[in-house]
Amino acid sequence: MTKVFGSFVANDHIDLTIEPGEIHALLGENGAGKSTMMNVLYGLYDADGGEILIDDKPVKFSGPGDAVAAGIGMVHQHFMLVPVFTVAESVALGYEPTKSLGLLDISEARKKVKEISSRFNFNIDPDALIEDLPVGAQQRVEIIKALSRDAEILILDEPTAVLTPQETDELISIMRQLKEQGTSIVFITHKLREVRAIADSITVIRRGKIVGEASPESTETELASQMVGRAVSLTTEKDAADPGDATFQVRGLTVVDKAENVVVDDVSFDVRRGEILAVAGVQGNGQTELAETIIGLIEPRLGTITLDGKKLVGDSVKDRLGAGIGFVPEDRSTDGIIAEFAIRENMILDVYDREPYAKGLNMRSKVISEEAKKKVEEFDIRLGSVSDPISTLSGGNQQKVVLSRELGRDLRLFIASQPTRGLDVGSIEFVHKRVIAERDSGTPCIIVSTELDEVYGLADRIAVMYAGRIVGIVGPETSREALGLMMAGVPAGEALEATAGTTSTDGAANQAEGTESAAASAKPASSATEPADDDSATTSAEETK
Amino acid sequence: MTAQTMDKTPSTQVKALAPIAWKFPIVYTILALVSLIFFGLIGRDGETTFRVATGGDFFAIPDFAVSSTVAGLTLGILLIIMAAVSIYVAIKRIDLGSWFPMLFGVIFVLSFLAWAGGGSGGVIPLTTLLAGALALSVPLIFGAMCGLVGERSGIINIAIEGQLLAGAFLAAVVASVVKNPYAGLLAAPIAGALVAVVLTFFAVKYWVNQIIIGVVLNVLVVGITSFLYSTVLTQDPELWNSRQKLPNLPIPLLSDIPVLGRVLFDQNILVYIMYVVVIALQIFVFRSKWGLRMRAVGEHPKAADTVGIKVNFTRVRNTLLAGAIAGLGGAFFTVGSGLAFGKEMSAGQGYIALAAMILGKWNPKGALFAALLFGFSKSLGNTLQSIGTPVANELLLMLPYIVTVFAVAGFVGRVRPPAAEGVPYVK
Repeated sequence: MTKVFGSFVANDHIDLTIEPGEIHALLGENGAGKSTMMNVLYGLYDADGGEILIDDKPVKFSGPGDAVAAGIGMVHQHFMLVPVFTVAESVALGYEPTKSLGLLDISEARKKVKEISSRFNFNIDPDALIEDLPVGAQQRVEIIKALSRDAEILILDEPTAVLTPQETDELISIMRQLKEQGTSIVFITHKLREVRAIADSITVIRRGKIVGEASPESTETELASQMVGRAVSLTTEKDAADPGDATFQVRGLTVVDKAENVVVDDVSFDVRRGEILAVAGVQGNGQTELAETIIGLIEPRLGTITLDGKKLVGDSVKDRLGAGIGFVPEDRSTDGIIAEFAIRENMILDVYDREPYAKGLNMRSKVISEEAKKKVEEFDIRLGSVSDPISTLSGGNQQKVVLSRELGRDLRLFIASQPTRGLDVGSIEFVHKRVIAERDSGTPCIIVSTELDEVYGLADRIAVMYAGRIVGIVGPETSREALGLMMAGVPAGEALEATAGTTSTDGAANQAEGTESAAASAKPASSATEPADDDSATTSAEETK
Repeated sequence: MTAQTMDKTPSTQVKALAPIAWKFPIVYTILALVSLIFFGLIGRDGETTFRVATGGDFFAIPDFAVSSTVAGLTLGILLIIMAAVSIYVAIKRIDLGSWFPMLFGVIFVLSFLAWAGGGSGGVIPLTTLLAGALALSVPLIFGAMCGLVGERSGIINIAIEGQLLAGAFLAAVVASVVKNPYAGLLAAPIAGALVAVVLTFFAVKYWVNQIIIGVVLNVLVVGITSFLYSTVLTQDPELWNSRQKLPNLPIPLLSDIPVLGRVLFDQNILVYIMYVVVIALQIFVFRSKWGLRMRAVGEHPKAADTVGIKVNFTRVRNTLLAGAIAGLGGAFFTVGSGLAFGKEMSAGQGYIALAAMILGKWNPKGALFAALLFGFSKSLGNTLQSIGTPVANELLLMLPYIVTVFAVAGFVGRVRPPAAEGVPYVK
């Protein structure tokens, strides 16, 4: 199969065979062409060459409808669900059971959801609104959607990107159940741990080409080097932190969104000079709002933010930048850069009106270009010319431009939200090194990340957020299982206790067994969490200094 | 399992209460004071008569007359009490729903009417006021229905104004040539749909900004109809532009109900079609296969595409249907009211229809009430003009637009338009 976008070959003569009842992992980096290939398979894109055979018979898909009819179901990375629909409506869409006059037979749709939901213990209410469901449940709605159309081949595109470790384990057991019932699963991912836990066979894809098959017994390092095409180190090298004074303090910070939901709930913490505090948690638990409140994009309802003894709440973003905060926003393409602007202009978005870049009303083009070239050297940015629009760069190089801008000033605090989201392994290594270098120069750093690997790679301390609260602040030696429980709202003490028995391993299988009891206890535990618990967690973490 | 553990239990909800919303209590208090002081305390002596009978009623309700001052005082005090209640509920952060502003509005209007009629010893013809409100609302309601079908499918339709005008034009011409008003009724939807064809052609095929193409279409339709009016219609008005009126078809029994029966059920067929359109849309938008698919392409077109729904085809088809609905509304200006076509006779009603759609939160029922509100404020202006009040005529003419601005700005609150409206779907 071949697929070409303009001059870019996204898929270059790819051959792939999927056996009935197997879980086939498609492993590759972001931008390797995995999703493109699956979108061709699902009929969303037309292939430029090659053919698709089902049971040795060639088939031709002119749209997703044909693919569905041929028994292919797909769960997209970004869910294809209408937020304002109910579960039953979402499952019915496109294949609506109707009564006379084209009126929906919604009770029939409800029945179908209930039937599939109970077959796999999904526990989904057919009348719930999609937007009210957590992402894990939304994903199960997507699976119900595919199964309700009798899918024999299920494509899961990066299904674990948005899940907690516990939800990931649930998904893995669902995948096993589906496999037992004879469904083939294509599992697209770049996460090595999951591949080894579940896949029957692995195909590695790099830059649009298949580079080989791998066995689930391969080690992670072997898989990674096959995926990237060279030897990579999966661990970030860093010296032990040498923290100084706590120059940055947050106390009782509470942020309320437009719909009056409390999104950051009475959060207090310190960051000391020369340490990295990683804020971990599942997407949407208040981390984004916390970071944006610190830089001043959101005004908090209650609480204080103090940097070097100066209160920041009420100051403008510009004042806060002046106070020495460097900020890498979560969504690089919309908040981090201005796509149409030149690279050199993107490098001075925060200091464009200062010496030496400006003089009076004028910008000094020559100085800007020279400084930009220096930064390009320093940050190893691959580009044609600094006057090209930044949109011509790859994601990794764009992020390097953002970093060069934010780290280019003398900082008193550095915050980065999801600094390596969507980057290739090489760029991730580079970004991590720069962040650690900034820490070693004595800047307090806050890294917001949903990737546990990144959290472990960078953190000197880990703050876990759930439902807007900091569930606890723990050391980097805490096990994955304990962090996972905390990310589901279990207080630090209980989470550590619950996982003390199990040995910390990478295997998701033995983790899955512990999940049942742990998650069952999660509900009362989370509702019992009062701000007092957060405080005690903070103090206990501070005692460990 | 996970659904339970994800329950959010904010602990500081009590501490972090929203600031008290003073907007509504302040508005209520000012209006209540205006009513009490101007309509009551320094009101005008004399009596105001409310006439509800129109003759030919099943049984006649006698006119009732009230002293302007007494009415102003009583209603003013009532409004002050309501304003006090609104302050109390604001502090307690209770949400009263939409009946409270409605009731407040009705009492305020009554108090204003009692004052306005007072000095001149005028008679306020309530039935005429309401009938006028319905008549003025008909094009607005059709227009709002057109707007919401389009936007629910993801196409912003600013060209409602042009579709109304095109419908009015073609209905008048066809009815006049055929000498049958019902022929005009058949022609009007075609005119509206033709405007929609141009809109979707540029919006869906060439991804032209939908607001721009809509505005351009409005100007285009004004230009074409005015040109044809000056060159053709005025040459031989007897052939091209004679008055044709849809006859009133009173519904037996229902039309004999005093006041409301007259207003609602002694109407021409276009008004009855409007009732059917609103009720049908209310059901079909939310409970049919057609409606589900329409909302899907308007909210998340890619999701619709992945289940095999043809997004652009659905959008085009629904926008054409919507255009036909607006065209029907335009027919009310000519054959519906028994008038000949006149230049620019839609007079901005298409834009007010858009406002009604937004105020009605993209729901047929809500849009219906919003359109009725605008129609009523215009009818009120007309009635007051005819009985003669101390308020300047120019101000009365502004009334519906002032109501529009305040209603859309102040009372809409949190609305959520269809997520993908105005965004072309490109694979």
